[in-house]
Amino acid sequence: MRPEYKELVIGVVAMQGSFAKHAHSMGKLGITSRAVRTAEDLKLVDALILPGGESTTMTLLLENEGLWEPLNDMLDTLPVFGTCAGAILLGNQIDDERVHCFNKIDYLAERNAYGRQIESFTTALVMPKIVDHDFHAIFIRAPKFKDIGPTVSSLAVFGTQHVLLRQKNVLAASFHPELTNDPAIHKYFVDNVILNSR
Amino acid sequence: MTENLFEVKTGLAEMLKGGVIMDVTNPKEAEIAEKAGAVAVMALERIPADIRKDGGIARASDPNMIKEIQKAVSIPVMAKCRIGHFAEAQILEALEVDYIDESEVLTPADESNHIWKHDFKTPFVCGATNLAEALRRIGEGAALIRTKGEPGTGNIVEAVRHMRTINMEMAQLSTLRTDELMSIAKKMGAPFHLIVQVAETGHLPVPNFSAGGIATPADAALMMQLGAESIFVGSGIFKSEDPASRAKAIVQAATFYNDPEKLAAISAGLGSAMKGLDMSEIAPEDRMQDRGW
Repeated sequence: MRPEYKELVIGVVAMQGSFAKHAHSMGKLGITSRAVRTAEDLKLVDALILPGGESTTMTLLLENEGLWEPLNDMLDTLPVFGTCAGAILLGNQIDDERVHCFNKIDYLAERNAYGRQIESFTTALVMPKIVDHDFHAIFIRAPKFKDIGPTVSSLAVFGTQHVLLRQKNVLAASFHPELTNDPAIHKYFVDNVILNSR
Repeated sequence: MTENLFEVKTGLAEMLKGGVIMDVTNPKEAEIAEKAGAVAVMALERIPADIRKDGGIARASDPNMIKEIQKAVSIPVMAKCRIGHFAEAQILEALEVDYIDESEVLTPADESNHIWKHDFKTPFVCGATNLAEALRRIGEGAALIRTKGEPGTGNIVEAVRHMRTINMEMAQLSTLRTDELMSIAKKMGAPFHLIVQVAETGHLPVPNFSAGGIATPADAALMMQLGAESIFVGSGIFKSEDPASRAKAIVQAATFYNDPEKLAAISAGLGSAMKGLDMSEIAPEDRMQDRGW
C-alpha cells in the first residue's frame, strides 16, 4: 500500500445504488471512504465516486436535496469516477430529458443502450493500460457512450463500444467494477487520476 | 457461465439498493412513481389492498398492460407471477420484464413446488418470513429476497417480524461450530451450502429488501434501520390521499433513513396514509404471508 493512501478520503455519493460496493472496493485497497449525502459531507473528501443505480432517481434526489449545485462545483476541481448511472450523469449530453448531467466529460450517454435486464451480461475486458490480466466486467442495463470528444481517451473497448473513458480528472465506466472482487480499476483511479493530479 | 448469470441477476438488485420499488396499475401511476424517484415499478392489475377486498383468483397481469408501463417509464419494470406458475413466469420473461416476483399476493398455483428459477435468464425476487424460507428460495435461484410482511394492510408489524426473525436467525448461525451446521440445516430444512455461507458471512448471499405493509416514510426508515437494503411499497402509495407527495417522501426516507431531523421534515404534510388493517381483522385463511413455504 502506498503511504499516500492513508491520507485520502474518497467521497461516495450515496443517494441510491451501489455506493456501499464502491466503499468496499476502496476498503480492499486500504483507502477510507465516506458516504456523501449532504453539502457538508462534500467538504471532507479528496475525490468523488458517482455509483451505479438509477439515474432518474439520482437526478431527483440530488436536485431535491440541494446537492446538485455544490456537487457540480466540486466536480470542477475534484477527481471523479462514475460507473453506469454515475457515468451517465457525468457526460455532457443524455438521450433522455428525465436525467440531467454535470457536463464534465465529453460524450453523449445513451441509457439502457444494450436493452433491458435480459440483455445484461458479463465479459472479460483487456485493458493493457490498467492491468496485465483480463478484467471481469459486469454490464447491467448498461449505457453506451456516443459522440465521444477528441480529448477523451479510451481505456477499454467491448466490440465497437468504448466502455472505460478518461478525460483529465474524470474516469467513467459503462460497467460495474464495484461488483467484482478485483479493485484494479479503483486502484487506477487512485494512482493515476487522484494522486497524479496532485 | 451459470455463476456469471447469477452475478448479472443480483447485479440489478445491487443497483436498486437504497431505493423504493412501487406497485403501479397503469402508465399514469408508473409515471407518477418515476417522477417521485422510484428505482423500479411493479406492474400489476390490482394492488394488494384491492385483491384482498375483491377476492377471487389473482393471476399474472395482462401482457398489454405490462407493455404499456414498459413504454411509459425508463426505470426497470417488474411483474408478478403466481407461486409455482412457471408458465406465467415464461410469459413475463418473453415480455422482457426486468425482475419477476414469484408472489404470495397472487393466488398460488402450486402448493408443493415453487418455480425452479435457475431455468430463467430473468432474475426473480421472492418473499420470505424467516431465514430457512429465504434460503430455500435462493436455492431455487431467487436473486433477491424481500420480507413478505402482510401485503395490502398498511400495517408494518409483519414485515418487522420477518426482518427481525431473519436477522436473529443469521446471527445465531454465525455463533455455531462448523460441526453443528449439518444438524441445523436438517432442522431448518434449508440447503446446507447456503447455511454454511450465511454462518461464514453473517448475511444473505443475495440482497435483502423489505415489502408488505409499508405506508409511511417512517415505516421505510424503520425497515432500512432494521437492515432492509431497499423498500417495496404496494398499496401504501396509491391508496393514500396524495400519492405523488407520499411517493416522493418515501423515496427520500430510503436515502435519509438514519437522519431523524430530515425524516421529520419529509414526513410533514403528506395528507392521510392508507387506512390499513389490524392483523386481528384478517381471517387466518386470508393471510397472504402463509402462501408458499
